[in-house]
Amino acid sequence: MTMSEGDLAVAELRFIRTETLEQQPPPSSLTGPIGWARENLFSSPFNIVLTILIGLLVLWIIPDLLRFMFFDAVWTGADRDACLESVQNRTIGACWPFVWERLPYFIYGSYPIPERWRVDIFFVLLAVGVAWLLWLNAPRRDIGVVYSFVVLPIVSFILLHGFEAIGLPVVDTVYWGGVLVTMVVASVGIAFSLPIGILLALGRRSNMPTVKLFSVVFIEFVRGVPLITVLFMASVMLPLFVPEELSPNKLLRALIGIAMFSSAYMAEVVRAGLAAIPKGQFEGAMAVGLGYWQMMRLIVLPQALKITIPNIVNTFIGMFKDTSLVFIVGIFDLLRTIEVSRIDPKWATPVTSTTGYLVAALFYLVFCYGMSRYARMTEARLGKADRR
Amino acid sequence: MAIESVGAQQPARVAFYNNPKFRSVAYQVVLCALVVLAIYAAVSNALDNLQRAHVASGLGFWNQAAGFDISQTLIEYSASVSTYGTAFWVGLLNTLLVGALGIVLATILGFTIGISRLSKNWLLSKVATTYVETIRNIPLLLQLLFWYNAVLKALPDIRDSHKFMGSYLNNRGLFVPEPLRDPGLGWVEAAFAIGIVASLGFYYWARKRQMETGQQAPVALVSLVLVIGLPLVIFFVLGMPLHFDAPQLGRFNLTGGLALQPEFVALLLGLSVYTAAFIAEVVRAGIRAVSHGQTEAAYSLGLRSGPTLRLIIVPQAMRVIVPPLTSQYLNLIKNSSLAVAVGYPDLVQVFTGTVLNQTGQAVEVVAITMLVYLFISLVTSLLMNIYNSRVKLVER
Repeated sequence: MTMSEGDLAVAELRFIRTETLEQQPPPSSLTGPIGWARENLFSSPFNIVLTILIGLLVLWIIPDLLRFMFFDAVWTGADRDACLESVQNRTIGACWPFVWERLPYFIYGSYPIPERWRVDIFFVLLAVGVAWLLWLNAPRRDIGVVYSFVVLPIVSFILLHGFEAIGLPVVDTVYWGGVLVTMVVASVGIAFSLPIGILLALGRRSNMPTVKLFSVVFIEFVRGVPLITVLFMASVMLPLFVPEELSPNKLLRALIGIAMFSSAYMAEVVRAGLAAIPKGQFEGAMAVGLGYWQMMRLIVLPQALKITIPNIVNTFIGMFKDTSLVFIVGIFDLLRTIEVSRIDPKWATPVTSTTGYLVAALFYLVFCYGMSRYARMTEARLGKADRR
Repeated sequence: MAIESVGAQQPARVAFYNNPKFRSVAYQVVLCALVVLAIYAAVSNALDNLQRAHVASGLGFWNQAAGFDISQTLIEYSASVSTYGTAFWVGLLNTLLVGALGIVLATILGFTIGISRLSKNWLLSKVATTYVETIRNIPLLLQLLFWYNAVLKALPDIRDSHKFMGSYLNNRGLFVPEPLRDPGLGWVEAAFAIGIVASLGFYYWARKRQMETGQQAPVALVSLVLVIGLPLVIFFVLGMPLHFDAPQLGRFNLTGGLALQPEFVALLLGLSVYTAAFIAEVVRAGIRAVSHGQTEAAYSLGLRSGPTLRLIIVPQAMRVIVPPLTSQYLNLIKNSSLAVAVGYPDLVQVFTGTVLNQTGQAVEVVAITMLVYLFISLVTSLLMNIYNSRVKLVER
């Protein structure tokens, strides 16, 4: 039966296509902006509700933010009257003239005005060092390391603190402030934490029981307490522990606290990198007759540090944010200069605080986000090198 | 061709200072000597300096009258009679209070945002990503100052308070109705406790039965009825033994109700919002660590998406999530010490701040504060290690 039905069907065919049709584009509802929106925004009833709710939230926040930062903002003015709603008779957004006027204070603190070129040079030198280290294809990165960890600290100290013999008047650290102090604290933290952290990490993996014990106690102790208490310890206990005449100044005390704290965190990051190196590398190095330090310097640490670069940079980000805590022990970092300026009667208005905090937030955001992009880029690059 | 037997040779004589064992001992002796010397120098200097400054040492101050006020106290405290010791406990309890509430809020917010970042909804995942990238890259201290000075202190004063649901929000804090117990509430609480115990019992019974017979029991539903339903029924049977003391707006201040100070609200908000961004990253990494093959395998076994999530994805993701999550909780508790910047009376503000300034005994006060945080950290890592060894992949 089926046979004859099939024959019948063939016999009744009147038209057979001989050439293939041009490929049709997919229906417009599945491509382009509409298709994208259907796929990514409105794929299910739940998603539609979600999209609408989030959309409303965004539409509620973004215009307000833009209005505050640009449309309602005050751009020129001499004092608080320019930013007062009662005087101007309109809604007031950010008070930018306050920032323009205080910008030198935010950057240099109370550093004497005729000497501020020294700070500018320090920023340039610092930028050169950072760029040299971070740019992975830069020429002579070995010199870059020496420059950043040996030359830069000495030159910066002479430059910023002053050295009478070569005609640079001494500027006491109590006058330092703003971005300068933030950068000094961050770079000291970074410059000290890496070498000390590596030593502590090696100490923690050492075969010598006392070395291991001291490293573990230091690392776990510092990591177990908040940075504030370490800073308090550095600022109130440290002066007790040294002879009176050697008592370090306020900034130095905070720097010691930050360096201690960040080395302990760095030690754990480096230790994770060391743990990832296969045992064969250690054994191979020993088999060719390298001593402990040669093995570490030539074989193990280069590999371990390379794979930890992203984590090291992430630790730096945390440290950079944590530098703001020196505020609490009375150091004039960026945040403190803003905190002092915002309550200054000349500019104190309801919007001054928010404007000041916005500036600080943008500063930290730019630096930290930049560092985190760098960490991600390096990670991708290292991943590529490993995928052969 | 004379081949000498190498093995029979005497080992080459090594100078004693090249002997690894000798070196190891020597290094350690030198290190110990240096540490002992440093400690000795520090202690003798400290004794000198303290004597010169006429500062007492020892823990004698613990039982002396404190003589200062604390704005938020969970236990009995009064400036005139309470001791420094009591002030310490007040500060510690305040730290633990803001820590515990912060952990709850940060977990809820963090999990929501972490899951949102993985959502297929483009808008949602972009908003979540923006949140994480912005909040993570701004120092917590700045955020706290922002919440406190720019948001809460900028609220209207008492007469123009924002009103909602019987609560008042103004620049003196958040005033909410305070729940007050009536006699009989104890029965509701007892029912709640019984509900928890009974539902735990039911859970174990159901698991045992499923292991033996393969039959499932509606654990979630039964637990819900036992834990929520039973106390609710008793609550209504006893005629709702709970009333609220609503804050009353007077001419100059608010009376009654439960007042949450702006310092507390700012700290809680700041800590939760900040830590949530980190928790979101932890959650995202944890979920992505479970390979898609697990989901596909579960589907091919015939599980629906609910049980797949509950039985396959979440348990495996939790193994990755919990250790870094704990360290985020610890960070939150440690970060609560930033309370000192907004003036919330936590351990650091009360003890390392006021008590230290009044007594001048820096060494004792800072050491005690550090030991408290160290204790919390060590206990948590201990619990963490126990958890880790329980959930570790059992490999053959």
